Amino acid sequence: MKTDTLTGITTEQLDELIGLIKGVHGFDFGDYSKASLKRRVTRVINLKKLGFYDLKHMLVNDADFFQHFLEEVTVNVTEMFRDPTFYKGLCSQVVPYLSTYQHIKIWSAGCSSGEEVYSLAILMREAGLKRKSFIYGTDINTEVLKEARKGIYSFKRIKSYAENYVFAGFNGSLTDHFTVMYDAATIHNELKQNTLFSVHNLVSDGVFNEFQMIVCRNVFIYFESKLQEHILDLFYNSLCPHGFLCLGSKETIRSDAFRKKFKVINSRENIYQKIGS
Amino acid sequence: MALEKSIIQHWRDTDIVLLGGSAGSFKLFYQIVKSIDPDINKAIVIVMHRKKNYFSEIEKLFSEHSRIYLKEIADKDVISKNAVYLAPANYHTLFENEGYFSLDVSEAVWYSKPSIDVTFESAADIYGERCAAILVSGANQDGAEGLLKIKSNGGLAIVQDPRDAEMAEMPQSAIDINAAGYILSTAQILELIRS
Repeated sequence: MKTDTLTGITTEQLDELIGLIKGVHGFDFGDYSKASLKRRVTRVINLKKLGFYDLKHMLVNDADFFQHFLEEVTVNVTEMFRDPTFYKGLCSQVVPYLSTYQHIKIWSAGCSSGEEVYSLAILMREAGLKRKSFIYGTDINTEVLKEARKGIYSFKRIKSYAENYVFAGFNGSLTDHFTVMYDAATIHNELKQNTLFSVHNLVSDGVFNEFQMIVCRNVFIYFESKLQEHILDLFYNSLCPHGFLCLGSKETIRSDAFRKKFKVINSRENIYQKIGS
Repeated sequence: MALEKSIIQHWRDTDIVLLGGSAGSFKLFYQIVKSIDPDINKAIVIVMHRKKNYFSEIEKLFSEHSRIYLKEIADKDVISKNAVYLAPANYHTLFENEGYFSLDVSEAVWYSKPSIDVTFESAADIYGERCAAILVSGANQDGAEGLLKIKSNGGLAIVQDPRDAEMAEMPQSAIDINAAGYILSTAQILELIRS
């Protein structure tokens, strides 16, 4: 039998955990990409030095542990202006269109600690559209949302995004948008205005507003095709006519049904526009 | 020196070949890609450390000079034989099953994303003895643990002779933890690929 490192788990054990979590906590990881999930669960087991049975026991009996487990297995790695060419594409191909709306509502789905929301806020400000735009950031992980709301990052981290910012073609430097004190960089209050962070589970929650643009980058990579289609449907129904959908630079719409419902705006950056009503 | 029969036999039985390298690996990978038979009947996956935000000419250069189909991996891409796949920058490449790839943006491993360890471990898990991995030149320890996993799961674990590598640390790290099934010279690696 193949096992995942000495302290890892088998595919059968992973399926058992998925069933258990669904039954006890109602979170459905059934259509998550198994390769990544297995690696994340193995990571928790190694980090906590747990055996498989201990893990099952704690998942069932310890509510705090489950919350922690959820935070650990979901990937929360993000950057400001990740893939600068994507932001360039937004500026040249999408922003001119968005500027014609009276109100611009943007949904950053799977926003993690908020870096993408604030990147979009900076982009809208630079485009002179910040005052009429509203950005919603959602995630299933309540802990990262707390960080996102604060908008305080380590200065070291912000500095590591400096190159992205320059490559995205903006003037000045990324730190211009932060107040830096010792090692803490706080996003300017003005950029926090018209943002809202809340819990939303793409797997089980539904439409909550109508958007001109939905940005969901590097989230689909964690889902199987069936679940991707379910979420594409959710996005389709959450977009206004001709609204934009932005996926990660390695994520494409593969389903034929949805390829007919979205027009490709930028094939390299996977920016799509909803067709029809 | 001629290749041992046991290597050639195991090589023939593999469905997938993984190449891992960092600093100093480009030239060898270029030579390999150039000489691969387009009907090799295996999928080839190259994991090379690379910097994000810099559009490298690697894909272009490789595909212009190879006879085999070559592609940078996108999420959920189908894995076909007779194709070379390149792991993209700023993602880890995993095998969802024998059918297709999955990408992952989680933390860098050994300061590297793509990490060779991550891809090797995933392949070991999915393919077992039907995968071969070759770890070559590089200036850090990424790949050693992954290669050990390949070896423990019955796969063909090959390390470039550190004396032949531009940067010896990566192959040497694998040898140090006993992850090398075979230590081959650059010439032998090329001979195996063409066998």
